[in-house]
Amino acid sequence: MSTIPRVEFGHRRHRIGTAGMHAILRTRSLLVGAGVVAALVVTSVLSLMTGDFSLEAGEVIAVFRGAGEGLAPTVVLEWRLPRVLAAVVLGAALAVSGALFQTLTRNPLASPDILGLSSGAFTGMLLTVLLLGTSWLLVTAGSVLGGAVAGALIYLLALRDGIEGFRFIVVGIAISAMLASANTWMLLQIEVETAMFASAWGAGSLNGVTGPQVLGAGVCVAVLLAACAVLAPGLRQLDLGDDAAAALGLRPGRVQATAVLLGVALVCVATAVVGPVAFIALAAPQIARRAAGTPYLPLTLSALLGGWLLLVSDFVAQHLLPVTLPAGVVTVVLGGAFLVWMIVRELRR
Amino acid sequence: MTDGPGHARLEARGVELAYDRRVISAHLDVAVPDGSFTVIIGPNASGKSTLLRGLARLLTPRTGQIVLDGRDIATYRPKEVARRLGLLPQSSLAPDGITVAELVARGRFPHQRLMQPWSAEDDAAVADALAATQTTALSTRPVTELSGGQRQRVWVAMVLAQRTPVVLLDEPTTYLDIAHQIELLELFAHLNREGRTLVAVLHDLNHAARYATHLVAMRDGAIVAEGPPREVITSALVEEVFGLPNVLIEDPVTGGPLIVPLGSAVAPR
Repeated sequence: MSTIPRVEFGHRRHRIGTAGMHAILRTRSLLVGAGVVAALVVTSVLSLMTGDFSLEAGEVIAVFRGAGEGLAPTVVLEWRLPRVLAAVVLGAALAVSGALFQTLTRNPLASPDILGLSSGAFTGMLLTVLLLGTSWLLVTAGSVLGGAVAGALIYLLALRDGIEGFRFIVVGIAISAMLASANTWMLLQIEVETAMFASAWGAGSLNGVTGPQVLGAGVCVAVLLAACAVLAPGLRQLDLGDDAAAALGLRPGRVQATAVLLGVALVCVATAVVGPVAFIALAAPQIARRAAGTPYLPLTLSALLGGWLLLVSDFVAQHLLPVTLPAGVVTVVLGGAFLVWMIVRELRR
Repeated sequence: MTDGPGHARLEARGVELAYDRRVISAHLDVAVPDGSFTVIIGPNASGKSTLLRGLARLLTPRTGQIVLDGRDIATYRPKEVARRLGLLPQSSLAPDGITVAELVARGRFPHQRLMQPWSAEDDAAVADALAATQTTALSTRPVTELSGGQRQRVWVAMVLAQRTPVVLLDEPTTYLDIAHQIELLELFAHLNREGRTLVAVLHDLNHAARYATHLVAMRDGAIVAEGPPREVITSALVEEVFGLPNVLIEDPVTGGPLIVPLGSAVAPR
């Protein structure tokens, strides 16, 4: 075998796996990933410890080793774990959805909450509550359908030989504004009790998340994220422009349509369970990219970071504020600040 | 048809090329001679780039077919086409912060599989492409920090890393200064001599006359003339194709044709 000329990429690359099956990772991405995983573990344990019934870290760990005593297993596994898992899984789903839309439109401002998908899901939920009932299965189906219809509408209205980023975003913002006003009108029409239930859901909250819900959402998210992993190399090629991507053996239209489908599905699943949670989808991919220094939005890191951000937001909303608030309120505040910072940065370029 | 099948790896047979309702070329027959440096010339909006897009499968012809290596190009899988035919589009986007080597490595996409994103062959192809375009020393630099001439060489390297026997180039020298234009054309001539078949759209007639081995002159979506530059380029043809009164002289360097435009603002000698 002849010696292979080594190419200098400007960063260290590692091949994880064998020659026949492997992934290529950068040192910096690996370090950032390890850091976020560590933060996730610490925050999860902290969340499992904290509440009306406080536990020591040792007691929480004992539960996972099957040696919990007294009420501890019930508190950890039944009361708190579903909520923690929901935050991590759905935060990841939102973050990856954001990364897909931002990659597609080549614009950091494109996120499902700005594009009107969350408003669409809320519209679907309100219509369900108004016309059918408030069981969680109905609400889930209604919000998924609402988000999907909003997504299809934006896609069809913005489509004209392929997706052009700016048109996609402008159409999305218009749809979002229309749906938001429809939502407000509906909230004013319905009975006070139903309106309060709907409003609480509409703020984005992990209150009342149950085990079966988390399991269902977790399976959906796992399947969707696996599909995203398959799509990722092609999606990255789109960054070169549609012509260059097509010349390199991609069908840009098909990749774009698949990405929209996956992005809408991810945000619908998340919204169905926790309601519209802002900021995670917008910020997580951008923070992940800056932390790892990659020329594209890294999907795995976005997912990890999104999970951690929603977990932290929920922790803050539950335990650190004088009154208990929905996690969505915390993410909106953070998101507002982040959005202003992003717009200022974009305008300065 | 002048060439039978087998003489040309890439051919357009009776194609109609159109965007929505706007027909650019109603009926085109073009064969790219194997091993040639084919240059397509013609005024703006004559359908040069459209033809190139058709040949590269970026635009599907309404009628007729593009034949690559004896088969209709539409019957190939996209990655299969990209292993045989490379294209440098008129405009591409360099992702923010991407380094030269990373961008060139993107040219390996048609050779890669999901579970096998990088092989020794990928490494060798990128190293060769960097060396051929003299960009090895730039490999760790962010593409956005490079000068226009360097950047275009890097894009060429990306197409070379694809390792295709046929390479299409859409106005590769536009926006470069004359020294960088010649540098790039010399590189193309070198690649052609090494065995690659090249098809380029060029605006500069004198560059086309000097570097092409096969010339295709287009006007209003149709082919006006084709053949070796010394036979094709005449004063009358240039006037017919471009509507430009001119005199043709002998290129003092190559002995080939050199076009000098006539004008009215500057008094002739």
